[in-house]
Amino acid sequence: MSQKKYWQGFGEVNDPKNFQKKVKDEFREELPFEDIDSKGLLDAKAPRRDFLKYLGFSTAAATLAASCKTPVRKAIPFANKPENIILGEAKYYATTYVQDGDVIPVLAKTREGRPIKIEGNDLSLFTNGGTSARAQASVLDLYDTYRNRFPSRKVGDKFEESTYEFLDKTIADALAGVSGKQIVFLSSTIVSPSTKEIISKFPNLKHIQYDAVSYAGMLLANEASGFGRKIPSYNFDQAKVIVSLGADFLGTWLSPVEFAAGYSKGRKIDEKNPQMSKHYQFESHLSNTGACADERFTHRPSQAGAVALGLLAALDGSVTAPAIDDNKLKAGIAKVAADLKANSGKALVVSGSNDMNVQVIVNAINNAIGANGSTIDWTRPVNYRQGIDKDMNDLVADMEAGNVGALFIYGANPAYDYHSAEKFKSAISKVKLTVSFGERWDETTSLCTYNLPAHHYLESWGDAEPKAGITSFIQPTIYPLFKTRPYQTSLLRWAGNTTDYDTYFRNYWTMKLGTADAFDKALQDGIMVGAGGTGASYSAAPVANAASALASAKKGGKTEVVLYQKISIGTGTGATNPWLQELPDPISKATWDNYAMISMAKAKELGVKLDMNYEYYPQKPVFEFAVGNKKVQLPVLVIPGMNADTIAIAVGYGRAESLGKTAFEAGQNVYPFISFNGTTVDYFAADVSITDQNKKQKIAQTQIHNSYEGLVEVVRETSLATFKKNPNVIPEYRQEMVEDFAKSTSDFRREATIYPDHSQPGIKWGMTVDMNSCYGCGACVVACHAENNVPVVGRNEVLRYHDMHWLRIDRYFVSDKNNPDDLKGVVFQPMMCQHCDNAPCENVCPVAATNHSTEGMNQMAYNRCIGTRYCANNCPFKVRRFNWADYTGADSFPNNQDQWIVGKLDDVVHQMNDDLTRMVLNPDVTVRSRGVMEKCSFCVQRTQAAKLKAKKENRVLGDGDAKTACQQACTANAIVFGNVHDKASEVSRIREDNKQRSFYVLEQLHVLPNVTYLEKVRNTDEIIENAEGGGSEKKPETSIPASLNKAE
Amino acid sequence: MISSCKPIIQKLTLTLFFVFCFYGITVFAQDGKTLFNSKCAACHNPLKDATGPKLGGVLESDFYGGDIKKVYNWVYNVNKLVASDPHYMALKGQFGSVMTQFDHNSISEKDIDAIFGYIKQYVVDASTPTPPVEGRGGEETSNQNAVIFGIISLILAVIALILMQVNSNLKKMSDDAEGIQRPEPVPFYRNKVYIALVSIVLFIVGGFYLTKGAIGLQRQKDYQPKQPIYYSHRVHAGINQINCLYCHGNAWDSKTAAIPSVNVCMNCHKNISEYTKGPKLYDENGDPIDGTAQIQKLYEYASFDPKRPSSWDPSKAKPIEWERIHSLPDHVYFNHSQHIRAGKVQCQTCHGEITAMDEVKQFSELSMGWCINCHRQTKVDFNYDDKTGNKFYSIYERFHNDFKAGKMDSVTVKDIGGLECQKCHY
Repeated sequence: MSQKKYWQGFGEVNDPKNFQKKVKDEFREELPFEDIDSKGLLDAKAPRRDFLKYLGFSTAAATLAASCKTPVRKAIPFANKPENIILGEAKYYATTYVQDGDVIPVLAKTREGRPIKIEGNDLSLFTNGGTSARAQASVLDLYDTYRNRFPSRKVGDKFEESTYEFLDKTIADALAGVSGKQIVFLSSTIVSPSTKEIISKFPNLKHIQYDAVSYAGMLLANEASGFGRKIPSYNFDQAKVIVSLGADFLGTWLSPVEFAAGYSKGRKIDEKNPQMSKHYQFESHLSNTGACADERFTHRPSQAGAVALGLLAALDGSVTAPAIDDNKLKAGIAKVAADLKANSGKALVVSGSNDMNVQVIVNAINNAIGANGSTIDWTRPVNYRQGIDKDMNDLVADMEAGNVGALFIYGANPAYDYHSAEKFKSAISKVKLTVSFGERWDETTSLCTYNLPAHHYLESWGDAEPKAGITSFIQPTIYPLFKTRPYQTSLLRWAGNTTDYDTYFRNYWTMKLGTADAFDKALQDGIMVGAGGTGASYSAAPVANAASALASAKKGGKTEVVLYQKISIGTGTGATNPWLQELPDPISKATWDNYAMISMAKAKELGVKLDMNYEYYPQKPVFEFAVGNKKVQLPVLVIPGMNADTIAIAVGYGRAESLGKTAFEAGQNVYPFISFNGTTVDYFAADVSITDQNKKQKIAQTQIHNSYEGLVEVVRETSLATFKKNPNVIPEYRQEMVEDFAKSTSDFRREATIYPDHSQPGIKWGMTVDMNSCYGCGACVVACHAENNVPVVGRNEVLRYHDMHWLRIDRYFVSDKNNPDDLKGVVFQPMMCQHCDNAPCENVCPVAATNHSTEGMNQMAYNRCIGTRYCANNCPFKVRRFNWADYTGADSFPNNQDQWIVGKLDDVVHQMNDDLTRMVLNPDVTVRSRGVMEKCSFCVQRTQAAKLKAKKENRVLGDGDAKTACQQACTANAIVFGNVHDKASEVSRIREDNKQRSFYVLEQLHVLPNVTYLEKVRNTDEIIENAEGGGSEKKPETSIPASLNKAE
Repeated sequence: MISSCKPIIQKLTLTLFFVFCFYGITVFAQDGKTLFNSKCAACHNPLKDATGPKLGGVLESDFYGGDIKKVYNWVYNVNKLVASDPHYMALKGQFGSVMTQFDHNSISEKDIDAIFGYIKQYVVDASTPTPPVEGRGGEETSNQNAVIFGIISLILAVIALILMQVNSNLKKMSDDAEGIQRPEPVPFYRNKVYIALVSIVLFIVGGFYLTKGAIGLQRQKDYQPKQPIYYSHRVHAGINQINCLYCHGNAWDSKTAAIPSVNVCMNCHKNISEYTKGPKLYDENGDPIDGTAQIQKLYEYASFDPKRPSSWDPSKAKPIEWERIHSLPDHVYFNHSQHIRAGKVQCQTCHGEITAMDEVKQFSELSMGWCINCHRQTKVDFNYDDKTGNKFYSIYERFHNDFKAGKMDSVTVKDIGGLECQKCHY
């Protein structure tokens, strides 16, 4: 029995009264109005007469601006129209998103020859046609104004433009002169088979793969365990029990899109026979995956080995269990071991550790629970990460010793993310010939002598083999924008082969597939599935050594620090992308920065008061964190559910100025905190010292921007045991309301309202969101950005609560009522316009700019909007977004973006309005100007297009013809959209099959939303008491947990 | 038995053929023109060699000897004959390229008859010059009427004013005669009633025009800019009956109708290098336009040398910068294919009698009120009981029921939501 509470921020928990009062204010900053003091209005700085003067002037100016002469517009057709282009119609090309070993088969949507949107490739079964936030945002990288536009070479201190002919000759000559020394190609993991062939054919070329976040521990451990230096495929869909030892497999670990697709299959609930997979998470900080776990146990990063050992000891006793002081953790290990034993053959253990010994133990655990061959597939090993940490160390040593004559670099950025970056920087100066194929002036490229920028993947031909036997093809969707060249072509040239890579690639595959037709078919599908390998068998040989090494590992200090990747930024490759920088982190809801996440206990220790001021104002206290002689100063964010003595900091921030305005000055680089343990790199530091800097820094969080002001029934979440015991809580609640409000007719829709009834004679669009399948990854948010031309507003505007996301993912912490740090889970709730049938926004609009359609959509006519913002004020879901400033440059006055009253917009906003960057805009969606309201439109441009297609083909609209951008992006099928009048549609079927879990947000307001949510169910045995009796959640908690307040 | 019948059948067919030739030749010529334009004109000209040989007199040549069957044989078996028959092999050598082979579905024997009928007629017509057709006139009467009415009103107003003055003078004289002393009359420009009346009228009239002008800002009905090439829709779509979609095919598939690219123009103009037979053309000032010179302009854009047609390199063509006439604001979504394919609206409904326009002018207002009005009145292609309409509408169950029950007699665009904001603004 327990009582639970949902909360978004500490203000809500610790100081609800003040919190409610404060969030009622629309503005959290002082408004630029003069005080009305005793002097009266006329003496104020902006008196009435001035106001009238400005009014008169602006009216006159507006009249002049909309001048009476219509400009002459030109209409310029093609000189020769390409046969397969239909102006105004989108074309889709199958291609593949490849970034440092990450592989996601995608379709690129092009309009008039320019890619504008990335969609998942439905033919790709292993990703379930899904995408990630980074894949969605990758199209914006193509139009990055900071891309390298031409080949260049260093002359003196500066880079000068050069030509490929000249550089080819110069480099070939230089290569001839390095005799005796090594020629090294340093890259991130390369998954392209044709490229690997080119590399292998290059005379005397040593290829070293280096991953910013390495999986070498796993590769080496699997080799030692007899599987070869490989990483297997994981079948999360087959697993009844999933145990993750710090692996953020739904967020950043290895191939999260693929894993989320499998994982979600076990998390969908059949109401007739409710059951789901059980997910345990052991980790140090609150990760995205941990947030989705059914049960979580935290430990110090240095204890990762002990947890693995403890688990193996409890399973088969082949090793001795280490001593663990934490009783909760100890009990957790015992419980998990028992559950694993009971589900032998249907269980899976994964570990995010890069320690080879830990991974050896994890292999032993998986062997003990019969995972190999069932949940672990060794016949299709994956190629996502191939770097071995020691190779890189050896390379740097060789470079220092002067043994390296030539160094080519593609994809790798060791000057930024190598553990001894300074050492690398000095070593590279000893290499005579250094060539970078970098697309941007990243930290490493700036150190090289030559830069021959490679294409963006949307401009390239290529292939990728994500796992054995599965090939995904890359085809160009646009002619290269700049004077870039595939790095493979350069390698071919310098090896004396005159064919370019495009031809080489075509020949390679035409030979392999037999005919040109087969090759064309493969390109069209984008993905080709062939036979896998044979697999291998397990060897227990290394276990004893690994166990003794782990048992003797030294203990951590008082406080430890763990480094993690953010879903958006990753290892740092996302840092230059404005969409990704502005994507709120699923856990912290922070944008544009990294920070130190600390536990509530640590906050108390450091004297960070979790009162209203901490929560409410963006200024957060700054501390200095030191590991050895390496120091960074970062603001802290207090996060519940962290290990008490662990601090978590995201990598990928603190980038060089040459990378552009987006990446520069965002956060600090913490890669120096990682260390080499002799075999692999550790992504934690066991002892960190902390000193208070007595200053504050603003962090742009979106956490409490859209508060429900204490209203409940926003999220519904229960445990599997409670749901089984009392499945009809939601239907009974609804019945109660019918009895209260619609006694005579029991027609709740009509009787309980004074609104007129909207009729939908044909189609009625509706959406369901399964909160059990939403892991907060943010792919939908970025997809919505790209599809709907949602502007980027920059850090300073987010700080002023002006973020423009049409779709946000609300994060609610679930905890025991009296102990917020005892986190039971996190609920992610994608929140967009609910398209209410009784929409409160509609009837407060004085100009009817927002109104209802006969298809059940809440429409927004931008050109009608006069910006009263009454609608946003009246929206119970706070999903309407107002264009406070001219973010898109769409205003009729050209210089209206920066004003003294609106403030100066961040550089990134101007960057997004560059002619190059604007090529990413969707031409079917209006770019909004300043002063109008906007919100989710249910992707009306897509529904309209689908209807038109059906009409042209003289047929009934099919289910799935119209998919919203968020739905298309989702790997886990959490979002389903369609015509609810069609009883056979998926959305109707889901509503019919999930009556016990379907609920409307704030149902008691009777706004009749068209979005239904499916209740989140955690697979625990806990019985939640206030779910009993079939009533609603009780009214908001107003009592303040006194213990916490006093403690501070 | 059969052999005795044969001559009779032959005679019969021969007679029938002649009957057809005499009675049907105009019918043939009419169909034949359309067919020729759509199937042959890209490569063949009746009077001179182009990409392919000239077609006038081909049937009568020694090789064919008037036997149309030989032509059928060629059209349907191009690929075979060009490799075996020395006549065609020679032609291939001469022209360099080979004709596209047709099958019976794309062109029937009857069609070929019609095409050759047209060609025959064309050759005859070409030798007897036709007087040019007068194109303009007639539309100025309404303007003239307005001027006349205006002048009459002005004269009447002046007479009324004079009469009023005369009246007041007479009154004054009669008052003087009768010895009545009246105060000095107020002149009309200081008469408060007059002033009030005039200002009210001015306010109403001025306000009306100001509002109308403000609403009409950026609207450009009747806009008819001078284009870089004097391109006459009357000649192309009117007289030569080229289907709108031949050039604006994009409209069938997409939201934009698109202006044809230079290579589409050149499909026909590789062969048609001069303008001789059509009506005389005039620009807006009434000055004559030399059609051949306009085609020359096209050749400049296309970098085409009519003397050496085979050496044309289309990739050297430059796009033509037309002045855009129909332009909707960016916040309006309009889809051509929606209207012409799903809505089955004729091009002329919005673009006016385009087949009679030389240089195009904007026919419709393209204002929101104009769109909305049409949406109110236009009936959708609804599949009522007869199941002939678009099957998409079968999901509109309520309308089907209402129609059956006689509650509604037709479904308009408005009924299916055609007046809603987000049908055009998103």
